[in-house]
Amino acid sequence: MTPEDFKKIGDTHRKKREAFPYVINVCTAAACVSLQSEKVKDELTSQVKEQGKKDVCRVSGTGCLGLCASGPLVTVNNEQALYGGVKPEDASDIVKNIEKKPIKRLEIPADMPFFARQTKIALEHCGKTDPEVIGDYLAMEGYEALYNCLTTMEPVEVIDMMVKSGLRGRGGGGYPVGLKWSTVHKAVGAKKYVICNADEGDPGAFMDRSMLESDPHSIIEGMAIAGYAVGASHGYVYIRGEYPLAIKRLKAAIRQAERQGFLGKNICETPFSFDIEIRLGAGAFVCGEETALIASIEGRRGTPRPRPPYPAQFGLWGHPTLINNVETFANISPIVRKGADYYASIGTERSKGTKVFALAGSIVNTGLIEVPMGITLRDIVFDIGGGILGGRKFKAVQTGGPSGGCIPDEYLDMKVDYESLAQVGSIMGSGGMIVMDETSCMVDVAKYFMDFCQSESCGKCAPCRVGTAQMYNLLNMISQGKATMHDMELLEELCDVVKNTSLCGLGQTAANPVLSTIRFFRDEYLAHINDKKCPAGVCTIEHKEVAVS
Amino acid sequence: MSSTVKIKTLTIDDRQVGAREDQTILEVARENGIKIPTLCYLKGLSPYGGCRMCIVEVAGSNKLLPSCMTAVEEGMVVSTQTEKIKKYRKSLLELYFSERNHVCSVCATNGYCELQSMAQKVEMTHVHFPYMYPHLEVDATHERFVLDHNRCIACTRCVRVCDEIEGAHTLDIKDRGINVRIITDLDQPWGESDTCTQCGKCVHVCPTGALIERGKSVGEMSKRKQLLPYLTKMREAHK
Repeated sequence: MTPEDFKKIGDTHRKKREAFPYVINVCTAAACVSLQSEKVKDELTSQVKEQGKKDVCRVSGTGCLGLCASGPLVTVNNEQALYGGVKPEDASDIVKNIEKKPIKRLEIPADMPFFARQTKIALEHCGKTDPEVIGDYLAMEGYEALYNCLTTMEPVEVIDMMVKSGLRGRGGGGYPVGLKWSTVHKAVGAKKYVICNADEGDPGAFMDRSMLESDPHSIIEGMAIAGYAVGASHGYVYIRGEYPLAIKRLKAAIRQAERQGFLGKNICETPFSFDIEIRLGAGAFVCGEETALIASIEGRRGTPRPRPPYPAQFGLWGHPTLINNVETFANISPIVRKGADYYASIGTERSKGTKVFALAGSIVNTGLIEVPMGITLRDIVFDIGGGILGGRKFKAVQTGGPSGGCIPDEYLDMKVDYESLAQVGSIMGSGGMIVMDETSCMVDVAKYFMDFCQSESCGKCAPCRVGTAQMYNLLNMISQGKATMHDMELLEELCDVVKNTSLCGLGQTAANPVLSTIRFFRDEYLAHINDKKCPAGVCTIEHKEVAVS
Repeated sequence: MSSTVKIKTLTIDDRQVGAREDQTILEVARENGIKIPTLCYLKGLSPYGGCRMCIVEVAGSNKLLPSCMTAVEEGMVVSTQTEKIKKYRKSLLELYFSERNHVCSVCATNGYCELQSMAQKVEMTHVHFPYMYPHLEVDATHERFVLDHNRCIACTRCVRVCDEIEGAHTLDIKDRGINVRIITDLDQPWGESDTCTQCGKCVHVCPTGALIERGKSVGEMSKRKQLLPYLTKMREAHK
């Protein structure tokens, strides 16, 4: 394939897309689908036919548009207007007005901070292309990065680019991507593997799901580039079984990529071969831990093993293995296309680029956002997020899921990057952000996350297996007003033991929600214990009168 | 051992020791008479890294590492008995005792139990975490052995010996977290197992009274500790 041939592929698809002067895109990611966006799409298609605009107007499905709170979302004429809360009945109006001004009744202002303040890199195609059509991806410079890597760059140059970009692993740990790639590249082994970790399990997080549903090709392309850089010819995507739509689209995308020659043998007529297989998770949270994930792919019980050796050295079936998260892979092709310097110019000193967050909880604009690193929490919650639901008072924002912590309002002006979040006892995590208002009880929140950890602990190591169960029991007693200050001391002691002696990340971070709520909301714990009261009115306190006779 | 195996030198508890590069910290420590407590580790079986009793401090690492699965490195400085580690080991052991119903006075392995002697070793005087008192079953369907889940610490020595040494893989583990249980075959009663060869290796590697021979009363169930080293030695000799 010559560069001209390759260019022709993109141009053909671009022309196909541009043949229609009017376009209606309907969001078909899971959140909008659950609000019947498919019906809206069908109705729009039949209205276009009925009103005789079949040759001028194209209706297509598209990936996540971000503002899930206002779904189903529809954009017209390449995002000239965005409509929210669209019902099938609105279809005829939308088609009627397609050549005219946007319909005021449905329109969501495009200049609202939710859209204006985002910088889209990993999500660059989300909402612009049809995830089920490879042509749409190719029309947007798709697979160009892979083609350029294979034809003009050495693997070490690709790795060097990742090092220069400053990209860090987006799964939560924030390990430098370039360093990881170069370790796997240098590791000696006849076979190497690339694994995409799509076992997104944090409560309230839906970044990976949205990306796979909206732009599966960018993950495939990222993985293929990674395969080329580290010298692997096989890839696995380990994806949760709970994501049927993402699985369906990813499967379709892999088939399309194979047919077009972007996966398989001799990709783009170069000596490089790479294929991708999908493995479904069966619902265990711990399988997001890399060694447990590898065990699960190998067909064994999904339990972690101590590291070192790290998978980069001893991974899948004992071979050097590169494991990155979905969002990390989604960032690869934009970095190759736009350059490492561009990526490194965004963000803070030690956390470069952008980060995708899933806004959930008591916030007006629930949805998916991508913001530059270093933005403040206040900007995310109050500007982009539109503040707290029902005008209530902000209490805390929870980042990093069951491994993270709750950040109170005094840290709202803190910059969001790996180091700052760690300093306040939370973590960046994979990007879940749960906003809580004054009606949330922090003891209850800690109890919820500890319940999650104890039921998701694999049971291999004693501190996590027994310690999390003990901590849950103690938190349960506190929330019921049955605990004493001695129980509080025990709880804090257990946090320390479990954190320092557990085998894997699940146990080592399980105490974080408890530690951070004790740190910032100690008075709430004391109110439950000493005054037998739940200040937020969430916990049911058992009133027990002890009669002395 | 091939001639290409390199030798590393490291420091364990202020002592300079030499080791083959394929050895773990625990192996080298034991060769040199440095005692590190273990529960799930058993020489002759694959390491598991689950009991966390063998954790050690390694200079330069901010995490405590399981010595049974950490390979030696040149110049490594290892501490096995710091106050911090001793404290954690004691807490861990207390967690074990709080998890299930370890009542020595009515246990067949009383006096022969590794969990019991470990408590003495780490100077555990009492359990200050709340006891969980679960209601667990006893599987006495097998004609020769008894599986008492109340005494199990989920070390999986039995699972490993059944799979790796006997080759039967009758025993395995089900569920997760606090609910993990040792099972026979596809979670059938042991007496109905088609694959169990009745070899009894599981019973003799079990550190507690979870696996015992039928008919043994309190304090009567001593375990044949030499069984596994003998088997592994004979196998090595016939390789």
